[in-house]
Amino acid sequence: MSQPQMRRAIESGVPDNKQYLHPLLAKNYGDWKYHDRPRPGVLRHVAHGGDEVWTVRAGTQRQMDVHTIRKLCDIADRYAEGHVRFTIRSNIEFMVSSSAKVAPLVEALEGSGFPVGGTGNSVSMIAHTQGWLHCDIPGTDASGAVKALMDELYDEFRREEMPNRVHLSTSCCEINCGGQADIAIIVQHTKPPKINHDLVANVCERPAVVARCPVAAIRPAMVNGKPSLEIDEKKCMCCGACYPPCPPMQINDPEHTKLAIWVGGKNSNARAKPTFMKMVASGLPNNPPRWPEVAAVVKKILAVYKEDARPWERMSDWIERIGWPRFFEKTDLPFTKYLIDDWRGARANLNASTHIRF
Amino acid sequence: MAKPMHPTPMLDELETGPWPSFVTGLKRLAQDKDYMVDLLGQLEHSYKTRKGYWKGGTVGVFGYGGGVIPRFTEAKTADNKPMFPDAAEFHTLRVMPPAGMHYDTAILRKLADIWERHGSGLIAFHGQSGDIMFQGVTTANVQKAFDEINEAGFDLGGAGPAVRTSMSCVGAARCEQSCYDEASAHRAVINSFLDDIHRPSLPYKFKFKFSGCPNDCMNSIQRADMAVIGTWRDNIRSDEALARKWFARHGMNELVNDVVARCPTKAIQLKEVKDLRSDAGITAVRVSDTHGVEIDNRDCVRCMHCINVMTGALAPGKDKGATILVGGKRTLKIGDLMGTVVVPFMKLANDEDREKLVELGQKIIDFFAENALEHERTGEMIERIGLVNFLDALGIEVDANMVAAPRTNPYVRTDGWDEEVAKINARKHKAA
Repeated sequence: MSQPQMRRAIESGVPDNKQYLHPLLAKNYGDWKYHDRPRPGVLRHVAHGGDEVWTVRAGTQRQMDVHTIRKLCDIADRYAEGHVRFTIRSNIEFMVSSSAKVAPLVEALEGSGFPVGGTGNSVSMIAHTQGWLHCDIPGTDASGAVKALMDELYDEFRREEMPNRVHLSTSCCEINCGGQADIAIIVQHTKPPKINHDLVANVCERPAVVARCPVAAIRPAMVNGKPSLEIDEKKCMCCGACYPPCPPMQINDPEHTKLAIWVGGKNSNARAKPTFMKMVASGLPNNPPRWPEVAAVVKKILAVYKEDARPWERMSDWIERIGWPRFFEKTDLPFTKYLIDDWRGARANLNASTHIRF
Repeated sequence: MAKPMHPTPMLDELETGPWPSFVTGLKRLAQDKDYMVDLLGQLEHSYKTRKGYWKGGTVGVFGYGGGVIPRFTEAKTADNKPMFPDAAEFHTLRVMPPAGMHYDTAILRKLADIWERHGSGLIAFHGQSGDIMFQGVTTANVQKAFDEINEAGFDLGGAGPAVRTSMSCVGAARCEQSCYDEASAHRAVINSFLDDIHRPSLPYKFKFKFSGCPNDCMNSIQRADMAVIGTWRDNIRSDEALARKWFARHGMNELVNDVVARCPTKAIQLKEVKDLRSDAGITAVRVSDTHGVEIDNRDCVRCMHCINVMTGALAPGKDKGATILVGGKRTLKIGDLMGTVVVPFMKLANDEDREKLVELGQKIIDFFAENALEHERTGEMIERIGLVNFLDALGIEVDANMVAAPRTNPYVRTDGWDEEVAKINARKHKAA
């Protein structure tokens, strides 16, 4: 029997973006002089030759149905000039060649439910992961948590009233996706995995699972006459790294999978070097569909930062100035023993000085 | 018309509130597709039970070993039947975006039409690695969907132990801070590693990211095994007309507190016009008839802060290129790592320069493939073997720009010291 003829893939790689660029972007490629922001959500870029282009930025739900995509295309064709791009935070940008087109475009977007903003010193859209919708190891949902939180931060997205830009992220496990952010919401498991010993031998490559554990807490064992794995529960710090290579080591738990809040991460080199975020709260319940306990902490931190930070201080710059004791005091967050680092390099996070603010 | 909806009281709550709702989008798709009726059913089940119900598997397209994320339902009844049978398979195609994520409406409509025909109709712009994620397709339709997406000019991205999809910023297309042609570098590099993207055979994932300036809008320093971040070597440029305009609007308090005082290396000073210096390393610009700012570019670390605040009045120099940092990654296994400097500066002005960037990437990936342990990222490998051994293997000379500070302990054998000094002196002599 002959095999059906299969189509060979065209290994074309990354498409050339020149074919999609707005004509003014193509014309002034590499020749921009400066930009300003006529209003929140709108950028005006000026080229050395004098050309100007206006960009209107709007928030999206990231996970978009084709009808939403077509609606955005309709707006781009009718009120803009048919060219769009997306930011790393899933905002969509429309480029137009005349300032007269900006107001009708803004109105069309907001009238269709897409908030205009996310520029400058705003709280931009949350960079998020997949969660229950599509991931194979998620402790929580991402799209839902983001939707719930952005509902609460809607005004801050549309305004530029923060001391500096605020980037947020969410992660549905402790170990993989989700990026450094001024405020990050990350799953924190609190109990070791529950092992289904009937399945381990058939599903898991046991040496690979043993090797995956950051604290060497997993070892091969015979359980009920079957080859399986066992965990030294005193060593286990519940990171969940064993779960992806071995799904019978279930780490997710409706009750014991909690959420933690981290602050002060940034990628930019502006002012201080890039920083990792630090854990400042944990034990928050994983409480769909709106995660109100998480939203309350995030909003509290944002409110204090907005009130207390000086212009251009990112979250990390602000905390560097006021110090961690005052951060915890002002945000009403308890500083517990679990926030003192004991992982490799931990001494770098201890206070090896008499620098203390009283 | 699709079958009746499952009750979704929890998801329904995510249709309220002002932010665009993905639930409303899912429900719109469910009007036409039983597939999405059951997807909503399973998602509601996750919300109720607070657990995920997808497992991986093996699904792909002809000729490729990666790029499809297989998802099979684990939400099963007592007799092991899928609770939501129409959504029992819900795979994702990861598709590489154009550099800078630029599109026109014609291509977006075309991609939407393809996905409505063969898939769920749900697309994420974009995933955390930069992929357009076409979410939700059955095993039977994966090849059909890919064939049409591929014919439209798009290709699958990476998954598993492979070179992964990359991202570059808006860059030269619309940003005055751009220090190299990000899109050309992005395509030159990634399109040289398509075999390593489509046929996963590395110890673990390997990511490139391209940011046009040290603001690093692509988060490359902590999300890329090899980060290409734009910078410049010569003096910050200035424009007096824009500097005066900025000062007239913002005044002395902001100039002092928000610009001068925030310089991380105190390279910028406020001076009376009569005291402004002018020598080869100095950028001096008047902001008024009486005052100006003076930047000693030898002290400047190219952090971007003053340029961000006084955009146009101050600008990156003309001798542009990129710094290459290696080893950034997220938590698993040894904790988060930032990339660290491996090449302080390289020009990226033309195809020849970009070819050198590709060669560097190739050398790093080859060494990674040979030397990393299974499931070990590049940064972890360097942590294990030491940066000097990594540089030796790459044939890169050490440079004081690679460290925050020299070592603080004596635990090193230095019996090769004299030869190293002789080599450095010989190089200096040759260069002079």
